[in-house]
Amino acid sequence: MKNPFENFDKVLEHRMRLQIMGVLAANESFDFNTLKELLQTTDGNLATHIKALEREKYIIVQKSFVDRKPNTRYKISERGRSAFKKHLDAMEEIVKTMPTKLEQKK
Amino acid sequence: MKSQQEIHDDLTSIRTIMEKSSKFISLSGLSGILAGVYALLGAAAALYLTTTMAIPTDGYKNDYHVIGKAVDLLWPLFLIAALVLAASLITGFVLSGRKAKKHGTAFWTPATYRIIINLSIPLVTGGIVIITQLFYGNYEFVAPGCLLFYGLALLAASPNLYEEVRYLGYSEIILGVICGLLPGYGLFFWATGFGIFHIFYGALMFRKYDR
Repeated sequence: MKNPFENFDKVLEHRMRLQIMGVLAANESFDFNTLKELLQTTDGNLATHIKALEREKYIIVQKSFVDRKPNTRYKISERGRSAFKKHLDAMEEIVKTMPTKLEQKK
Repeated sequence: MKSQQEIHDDLTSIRTIMEKSSKFISLSGLSGILAGVYALLGAAAALYLTTTMAIPTDGYKNDYHVIGKAVDLLWPLFLIAALVLAASLITGFVLSGRKAKKHGTAFWTPATYRIIINLSIPLVTGGIVIITQLFYGNYEFVAPGCLLFYGLALLAASPNLYEEVRYLGYSEIILGVICGLLPGYGLFFWATGFGIFHIFYGALMFRKYDR
């Protein structure tokens, strides 16, 4: 049997990174502060995870000024979208093998 | 390596966050029901006005006297429609704001702005088209025009709203097309689309999400 974990993306293993990718997959773009509020996290924590995703070119950063205040928006890249999808598929594959636990939850 | 349970929880959290970030989940079903009630009251008032002032529904094109009367009625009818719209919007904003507060969710999110933009474009376009048609004396276009453009507006905004809104959009469009095919029954279709349909889908949403 092949190991389902081999399709796992190391960069995406952290839950917050998955949530960031989820938000960006479901929305055209999102700004830092709204994202911070939504994920209920701190500036530093969010910035670290965003940096990691940026380094992998999973997200695109757009810096601009709104009323002379810096405004940073994030978008998911094509590369990020396919990586996110692949990782989700792998996760689902693993969850599928635990039907009894799921049924208990219902 | 993560356990299966952890992965399952990860998946659940992604689903929740995707939903939360893209959907306006505070839309109040009760405000839909009330909007329907206002529309029925407005339609009843319009019916009263039109029957007591007795304009024939056909053959008025060359009758200046009757056109004069129809124009007299135009403003009161317009006022009724504007009142129904204003009351529905205010109720929608107030009740949805209250629901957002109760659930501790933000009211003004990126999804909210997108809904307003997506609703406005078809509604403003429709408004201009309908008023232009009124100028040319094409009164029969008002009811199907309202239904069609409203349905299209709901459809445009539906990705950021509950799925019921999409079905309401489809229903309004179908009704608008039928209404266009049957001139003379505009008020009846208008009352069905804005009254009955709002109450029906509002009640569905109220049962599913408001409690």
